[in-house]
Amino acid sequence: MSQKHLMKGNEALAEAAIRAGMKGYFGYPITPQSELLEYLSVHLNNRGGSFVQAESEIAAINMVYGAAGIGERAMTSTSSPGFSLMQECISYIACAELPCLLVNIVRGGPGLGTIQPSQGDYFQAVKGGGHGDYKLIVLAPNSVQEMADFVYLGFDLADKYRNPVLILSDGALGQMMEAVKFPDYDIEAHKVDKSEWATTGNATGTHKVITSLYIKTEKMEEVNLKLQAKYREIQEKEVRYETVETEDADLVIVAFGLSARVAHKAVDICREQGMKVGLLRPKTLFPFPKDQIKSLAEQVDQMLVVEMNAGQMLEDVQLNVSGKIPVEFYGRMGGLIPTPDEIVNKIKSMYEQYNPMEVTHV
Amino acid sequence: MSDTFNEGITCEFLDDCDIVWDRPDSLLDTRLHYCPGCGHSVVHRLLMEVVDELGIRDRTIGIAPVGCSVFAYNYLNIDMQQAAHGRATAVATGIKRVRPDRIVFTYQGDGDLAAIGTGETIHTVNRGENIVIIFINNGIYGMTGGQMAPTTLPGVKTSTTTSGRDVSIHGHPLKIAEMLALLPGAYYVTRTSVISANHVRKTKKALLKAFKYQMEGKGGVSFVEVVSNCPAGWKMTPVDSNKWLETNVFDNFPLGDIKLPVKD
Amino acid sequence: MNEEIIIAGFGGQGVLSMGMTLAYSGMVEDKEVVWMPSYGPEMRGGTANCTVILSDKKVSSPIINQFDTAIILNQPSMDKFESAVKPGGVLMYETNNIINQPTRTDISIFSIPANMESVKLQNKKIMNMVMLGAFLSARHVIPLKSIIEALKKVLPERHHHLIPLNEQALTRGMELHKVAANSEGRS
Ligand SMILES: Cc1ncc(C[n+]2csc(CCOP(=O)(O)OP(=O)(O)O)c2C)c(N)n1
Repeated sequence: MSQKHLMKGNEALAEAAIRAGMKGYFGYPITPQSELLEYLSVHLNNRGGSFVQAESEIAAINMVYGAAGIGERAMTSTSSPGFSLMQECISYIACAELPCLLVNIVRGGPGLGTIQPSQGDYFQAVKGGGHGDYKLIVLAPNSVQEMADFVYLGFDLADKYRNPVLILSDGALGQMMEAVKFPDYDIEAHKVDKSEWATTGNATGTHKVITSLYIKTEKMEEVNLKLQAKYREIQEKEVRYETVETEDADLVIVAFGLSARVAHKAVDICREQGMKVGLLRPKTLFPFPKDQIKSLAEQVDQMLVVEMNAGQMLEDVQLNVSGKIPVEFYGRMGGLIPTPDEIVNKIKSMYEQYNPMEVTHV
Repeated sequence: MSDTFNEGITCEFLDDCDIVWDRPDSLLDTRLHYCPGCGHSVVHRLLMEVVDELGIRDRTIGIAPVGCSVFAYNYLNIDMQQAAHGRATAVATGIKRVRPDRIVFTYQGDGDLAAIGTGETIHTVNRGENIVIIFINNGIYGMTGGQMAPTTLPGVKTSTTTSGRDVSIHGHPLKIAEMLALLPGAYYVTRTSVISANHVRKTKKALLKAFKYQMEGKGGVSFVEVVSNCPAGWKMTPVDSNKWLETNVFDNFPLGDIKLPVKD
Repeated sequence: MNEEIIIAGFGGQGVLSMGMTLAYSGMVEDKEVVWMPSYGPEMRGGTANCTVILSDKKVSSPIINQFDTAIILNQPSMDKFESAVKPGGVLMYETNNIINQPTRTDISIFSIPANMESVKLQNKKIMNMVMLGAFLSARHVIPLKSIIEALKKVLPERHHHLIPLNEQALTRGMELHKVAANSEGRS
């Protein structure tokens, strides 16, 4: 481990990408992710990579397609409206199974919206976003340290599964500064052999083709089945989450990213006041910690989902709780962030209203 | 000479003959899906001749975006990436920037390059990416069944201009090669056709030049526009479609070099 | 130790860099630190604020609505944050920039004439360091030497010749806090 640096989340992410051996970065300015672009414009070209400011997010993601297709580590970053523009090509990338890293520093929407932080792109991130049946591996950091750590993890998972990985963060995590340590990361040791598919030139007599076009329906279904098998494997092996004081909890908050930081503080305040509150924080949004939600639903009386949106991950929590216990929601939208006090008040009202007689445990 | 290619041909004298014409090694021995008389097939062949003559198959990457030629990878025995509609030059940029030692070309139709991908086209050329762009201008959307393209001539009937392209409604044919030639990032811009042996030879020469410039690391895009036909889309016989090119299209899209490298 | 601070004023008053210096000094002291800016299209002249958290423990939420200390550099920020100081906490403000005095009685309030002091030091940009000095004296969570250490990181190399001036401003700020504390009968 090296020394500590005080850095903005966006800068830490950019620095980690260089240290993870990223060869190509392609991006377009948009607040609140521009520091990422600016940092890489200064540092990437003289540290072994190539930085291109593209003419649009559409061009940027297609550049990633090309660079990933030739087998190099490639990345783009943007914020919500830009991520919407990229969706067509992301679907192509998922189908062509190109490993790459995508970053969405989410801001409040819909529309041009606000430049303030939000988690309003959860559905877009985990349920597709583009056309067709595909999934991104979605990592949700909640600190500047994780903004860096998830870059290494993201590139490794992308290479391992030949799947695009998305870091879903938000404007506040991108802009805030915390101390960060960059791990020792041996790029060579993490390299995977891509020679079977990467289009580096036909040196063997058999050419390699990267495509997402399968006119024959049976073949297209075959490709889909293969993708689905991969997603099942990812669901089985790659779930990552963190729990805070859930062991004896009777009420658990489920929150990701920045919301989970605020919720953590709410847990501390509740515990000081004698309420047995815990926190489950998914670090991977796909794969979602379904089993952990299911088993918590057996243990606790109530759940509270806290998000910076109108209730998106809420639906995944509800799906896995399957009506066993009440699931409440607290969220802010439009770039506002819930405060610890707001969450504590919500929890107090949940305790007051809770009537065990109404709930049938099955 | 490959056996399969000669299937059915029996000639007693063949053993004594010099081979003067052959399928280039890099052209796969399969049936093309293109309509009879379509220019795509000829340009495919020329391209592979160039790749073989330059000996660059082991480091050439082609990008075929959406359009009739999206299946080019079924015929070209080189590494290829299929790209989204209009985005070929962005994909090429991504490849070339992380592997400048590779030879990269795009192969695009007029809808792709001059309508949905205009932004990518202009900016790739403007950045002076060291790549080759091959532009097949057939004046129509072939793959989707004959709609108006940005290059469709005034008065020409297509499935979306059933009484002929009216420039007051649809605008004018876009001469994108001339536009691109204005950009400092354009190194070599030329317009050819493949309607006759003579024109085919000229196109081959242009392609050879373009790839050589890239290999020499010359500064900028080499752009070869091939004004081509679409017998099926134009509802003409192949011969008539070539005549139409000569009598109508070349006036609007004159053949010849548009920008030559500045001698250094 | 867990110190939650809000610094608020106009863009151009050095709000963000004051917070950054403080956060850096916390890292020098091996504390857990968070610096969270309000960000937006607002540039010089608009409102700007940042939260700084210094702690012995891992910081849970970077988003907080109650502060141990508020350092206030203009009236709109006073209106917004006076009520956000925890009971028993500290509110310090720049004398010249405040029209309506704060009214709370359950917190310690210090008026620091930092603007005037920066004029005396012949560099108006140093006002924020005078305020930071006052904070050091009021809260004792960070020693002066760690701030100096931090300045070496925050200031670009070409501005390092200004560090002695910054140190002077910090020291003056510490003294001004003591004066303010004595005149109000508190420390
Ligand atoms: C985003 C998107 N829009 C539309 C299409 C449908 N589409 C496929 S090919 C094509 C036209 C291609 O025309 P051109 O580039 O001139 O090539 P040609 O088929 O004539 O060779 C269109 C509109 C698509 N595949 N993707």
